[in-house]
Amino acid sequence: MSLRRLLFEPGFFSSAPVHTAVLIGAVTAVVSAVVGVFTVVRSQSFAGHALTDIATTGGSGAVYFGVSPLAGFIGGGVAGGGMMDLIGVQRVRSRDLATGIVLGAATGLAALFLYLDATQSATTGVTQQILFGSIFTVSSSTIPIVAICSAVVLLLIGVIYRPLLLSSISPDLASVRGVGLRVVGLLFMLALAVAVGLSSIAIGSILSTALLIGPAATALRLTRSIRGAMVVACLLGIATTWLGVLLAYDSDYWDPSSQGLPVSFFIVAIAFLIYLLSGLAARRHVGRRNGDIPAKEACGLEDDTTSKAVA
Amino acid sequence: MFAGFMVNAWEVATIVAVVAGVVGFFVVLRGSAFPAHAIPNGAFAGAAGANLIGLNPLVGLGAFALLAALGIGTLGRRGRRDVVTALALVLMLAIGAAFLSQSTEYEPEIFSLLFGEILGVSSAEILPVAILGLACVIAVGVLYRRLLLTSIIPEIAAARGLQPNRVELAFLIVLACATTMTVPVVGALLIFTLMIGPPAAARSFTNRPGFALIVSVAIALVTVWAAIACSFETNWPVGFYVGTYSAAGYGLGRAYAAWERRRGGQLGPDALIATLQSATS
Repeated sequence: MSLRRLLFEPGFFSSAPVHTAVLIGAVTAVVSAVVGVFTVVRSQSFAGHALTDIATTGGSGAVYFGVSPLAGFIGGGVAGGGMMDLIGVQRVRSRDLATGIVLGAATGLAALFLYLDATQSATTGVTQQILFGSIFTVSSSTIPIVAICSAVVLLLIGVIYRPLLLSSISPDLASVRGVGLRVVGLLFMLALAVAVGLSSIAIGSILSTALLIGPAATALRLTRSIRGAMVVACLLGIATTWLGVLLAYDSDYWDPSSQGLPVSFFIVAIAFLIYLLSGLAARRHVGRRNGDIPAKEACGLEDDTTSKAVA
Repeated sequence: MFAGFMVNAWEVATIVAVVAGVVGFFVVLRGSAFPAHAIPNGAFAGAAGANLIGLNPLVGLGAFALLAALGIGTLGRRGRRDVVTALALVLMLAIGAAFLSQSTEYEPEIFSLLFGEILGVSSAEILPVAILGLACVIAVGVLYRRLLLTSIIPEIAAARGLQPNRVELAFLIVLACATTMTVPVVGALLIFTLMIGPPAAARSFTNRPGFALIVSVAIALVTVWAAIACSFETNWPVGFYVGTYSAAGYGLGRAYAAWERRRGGQLGPDALIATLQSATS
């Protein structure tokens, strides 16, 4: 009993915001982990992060036009992802540049919308809330929508799983086998945009990127297959989120004179620490320092199938 | 439009455009768009922290920008660079959120750090910006050949005894310096846009690196000047115009390169790199 009192400050298990945070956190952690593994393998971290800002532009636009913010976040993300793909994310060399161009234009628009929102409605706190949204302020009524959109993203990834895997790990082999790299790339970008738009409105843009990249990058350092990395990333993501929620809740009681620390701070700090520690563990495997998974191994191909396919 | 307080805005905008055009040219060439976004955005946490303990925000900005550059430079050698950059950025943002949660009434300042308040620049702010800006341009001048070589033909750079990791770290520190000086006046988002749009457009207009650098500065100057003028007329934020004009400039560049290619010319990012490779090998 005393240990329980030590770990969980009073009211943790009966608090409604905590219930919502634990649920939403777990759902978004799972979706982010699955999409994140491919994001890291495809070196699209910048796009994954930029989409949170672009979704935010959609959100601030939705406030201005009086549309539902969720539609704004997801619509903004999807439009931004589509633009990046159009400009040239499919070419590795110009990927980050295309992301940067779209991000620059989107932040310009965000500046305009936030200015118009502020002059029109005189609501204070919009900027901070949109930029730093907190998992504790999610209303429980958004849970069903978040769950449905998450299911759609997971389904999409499931449908394109094999061609996506092949095109992410070995584009040459994929094109030899007749995989449409362009289509697969665009579909993945759309899945990423919906996942990121969803997580940025549910848990805020900081946590969105943290849960997309942190657990996935850590898992890729620790496992030898994509499937394994997804499982590990999901578990790490959920554990990180829940621990962060607990610590943030408890931190209100640590020092009665000051406010508690935000949940995003704890979740990000834990995710970062685990990533650093995994680097030490992965260093023992020679040649696996970057979390690169050999194509054949990850796709479950035998040596002779690969050589046949290439020949 | 050119009287009184506006003079400061024109002067600062001109300095910022020159620095962004020069540093941004290498940001685009080296594919460093993500660090160029992460360093100024993450550095805001330093300003929030300095504000909390009563220091000059510029000190906090500089310290965090430098920490970010060193962190990305050193950790990026072992892990994937984009992953390290993303994690460093969210870590700094989260620390910033923690600082903000401990203070109150900070929101207007967050808004100005992100979106800038170039129209409200005071004359006292111009000198430090000018000095740091000059330092950045001189640093790029000193590193010029090394930056070009390691960006485009790493093999030859290595054969000549250059250490790409050291050049990269030096470049990230220049980026941090450019950021510290510009964030308080033009905002983190605007400086990023100026470092990406104009240099990316410039690459579509010419194949010669030195000339591309000049074109990059020229496009950046036209972009900010036009943005300030439009903002002054309409009262809409400067950042909106800088974002739109940068994207439009990039679109024009792409269209020009496509048109030139159809006439049989060789323009565009790949052509610039090919020219450099044949010139140095």
